[in-house]
Amino acid sequence: MAEKLKVATASLCGCFGCHMSILDIDERILDLVQVAEFDRSPITDIKTIGDCDIGIIEGGVANAENVEVLLEFRKHCKILIAMGACAINGGIPAMRNSFTLKECLEEAYVDGVGVDNPMIPQDKEIPMLLNKVHPIHEVVKVDHFLPGCPPSGDTIWTFLTELIEGKPIRFPYEQIHYD
Amino acid sequence: MSIDTYIDEITAATRNRPDYLLQNLYEIQYQYSYVSDQAIKLLAEKLALSESFIVGVIGFYSFLHTTPRGRFDILISDSITDHMLGSRGLLDTLCNKLGVALGQPRADGRVTVDTTSCTGMCEQGPAMLVNGWTVTRLDQNRIEQIVELIEADTAVEEWPQEFLTVDDNIQRRDILLSDNSNAGDALKALIEQGDEAILQQIESSGLRGRGGAGFRTGMKWRFCKQADADQHYVVCNADEGEPGTFKDRVLLNSYADKVFEGMTLCAGIIGATKGYVYLRAEYRYLRAPLEQVLRKRRETGLLGTDILGKQGFNFDIEIHMGAGAYICGEESSLIESLEGKRGIPRIRPPFPVTHGYLNKPTVVNNVETFMAAALIAVHGANWFGSVGTEESSGTKLLSISGDCERPGIYEYPFGASMQHILQDCGATDAQAVQVAGAAGATLPAAEFNRCIAFEDVATGGSFMVFNQHRDMLDMVRNFAHFFVHESCGFCTPCRVGCSLMKDLVDKVYTGHAGQYDLDEMHKIGELMLKSSHCGLGTTAPNPMLDTLNKFPQIYNERLKHSSYEPSFDLDAALQDARDITGRDDAGAHIGTES
Repeated sequence: MAEKLKVATASLCGCFGCHMSILDIDERILDLVQVAEFDRSPITDIKTIGDCDIGIIEGGVANAENVEVLLEFRKHCKILIAMGACAINGGIPAMRNSFTLKECLEEAYVDGVGVDNPMIPQDKEIPMLLNKVHPIHEVVKVDHFLPGCPPSGDTIWTFLTELIEGKPIRFPYEQIHYD
Repeated sequence: MSIDTYIDEITAATRNRPDYLLQNLYEIQYQYSYVSDQAIKLLAEKLALSESFIVGVIGFYSFLHTTPRGRFDILISDSITDHMLGSRGLLDTLCNKLGVALGQPRADGRVTVDTTSCTGMCEQGPAMLVNGWTVTRLDQNRIEQIVELIEADTAVEEWPQEFLTVDDNIQRRDILLSDNSNAGDALKALIEQGDEAILQQIESSGLRGRGGAGFRTGMKWRFCKQADADQHYVVCNADEGEPGTFKDRVLLNSYADKVFEGMTLCAGIIGATKGYVYLRAEYRYLRAPLEQVLRKRRETGLLGTDILGKQGFNFDIEIHMGAGAYICGEESSLIESLEGKRGIPRIRPPFPVTHGYLNKPTVVNNVETFMAAALIAVHGANWFGSVGTEESSGTKLLSISGDCERPGIYEYPFGASMQHILQDCGATDAQAVQVAGAAGATLPAAEFNRCIAFEDVATGGSFMVFNQHRDMLDMVRNFAHFFVHESCGFCTPCRVGCSLMKDLVDKVYTGHAGQYDLDEMHKIGELMLKSSHCGLGTTAPNPMLDTLNKFPQIYNERLKHSSYEPSFDLDAALQDARDITGRDDAGAHIGTES
């Protein structure tokens, strides 16, 4: 049997909804692991990434750690996929882009309702926030964009199976209409 | 006068017609330096329009504002030819000396300084507009004097005349500019020979539209004449917004009689009684002289009722002002703007010849086209066709600017070679010529054997010369920013495409782009060509695609060797967070070893 494909996934500035959607492939995950094995991923809880065939990124780029993880993924993955609205265009977190970072932090940690001991955190353990939230293709080259908020389990399944089989990726209409 | 009374007066003068909204807004802008909420409310009542509609119109035009500008509202022309003459340095000096930030009124409300798209003074720049009036030939000395005039609160009307002088700079005349026929000659020919005979002359002369597209004028007039309707209109497109062109400015300044004659001729042929000149706001100084020519034509029976005594030959011309929108040079946008709306291009067909101004059959022609048509009526089709090429009869006015000894207006028979033209204007060291403006073509020296003609190098008249020392990417960048500003925003390929292109050009310029970004420019450019709604979007990627193809070195020498580079500075993007938290540890930086 041929060597299995290696797949890594990560959620940057997202809500984990896309990862929940990956789980919505349900029992088909058993078929998937026949041909692929997961490397770094919340599914395996492996924290560092090795060389992989496919990297799947959920979420946009909002802080220094997101940048670091994303650059690592790009370095180690032959094919990198932006999955879901946040990875593709920043999504909901990018709504903060119409305010300055200072306004956002003050609203959350100083002026917000019910804030106790108001202060903006300065702990070195906390990843530094970028001025704006960016889609991932502004930081690294992206090979495929899989839209949806989130893409359904079926859409992810179609995408992965066709990608792995080396076919042109085509979706049935129901899998990519969002109205 | 209270604003109520003022708005009463101006709306009454235009008979409370909603299609005069833009004209009313233009007046209010120059009276008050902005259009206040109160003015919007009053206009909405008078014209029976919604306030949101009016706000939408104001938002569309660069010269209209909803917040006060300075009492001296200065706009420095930001065309590439102004840049080449040092406008950017002068802009900085002006801002420093006046103590203003770009685009922000000074605290005392006296002055604003901002930039604007090409003001059509390319051969006598750098230029600026102050409260709509044109000031040419700016230099350090003139800027210093202007600062003094402003600090002394001297009204623009009292500024030294030489500041406000605009020269014609005609360098070469051919059959149009050396013609010595008299006002009324074309109309006499029309009355003597009949409209069918004159229309046939125009058709057989081979005259094609001088704005750039080159549609056959005779055919356009014939279509319009045949369109059945109770009213027809003649519209003269004097929205000369293409960067680098200024020939209509000269025609309207010194040959207005012949332009109006051409419009009146057209009216006689297609059966119109009303005509409009859509004059770009940048040419505000031409309005009063043009009104004067119109008055004189009325007095001498060349406009009005029973023109030259011919029963039922009635026609008059009104001047409508634009308000700073390049897209309004596109004929269907121009018509929308004439109707007082946002200048969004219409879906065509139907074309203006059947459904134009107020949905009636309308001929829209360029200034130069009307003048040529008038002279064909006087001298005949053969006279006109005796010069030019088979596909392009007659002559073309070129507006030559940039790196040459004698910039100005040159009239050449079609077929004139680029080489010949460059020699005439004293461009001895040309690296490239940008023909037909920002939307046109970039020709390198290898193509200087080509000719000005519809079948070879087509142009509306813009001809900008770049010498060997120029960085062509400066031009590309200028045009990329220009199109972002001027895209009307209606269709996504153009609105988003122009912005993406600009970002990519800037990325190349600042040395952060890789091959991937050049590939993206190709892809986005091709998509814009294929899918934009109108000519602006389908030509906006030209400067990038053309130079990527013909001047690859201006991109390649700036490329990073990696295939992909982030589109922004990662470490700089943490600056706000560093400022807020006071952190400067390793975690507060992103290394550049990506």
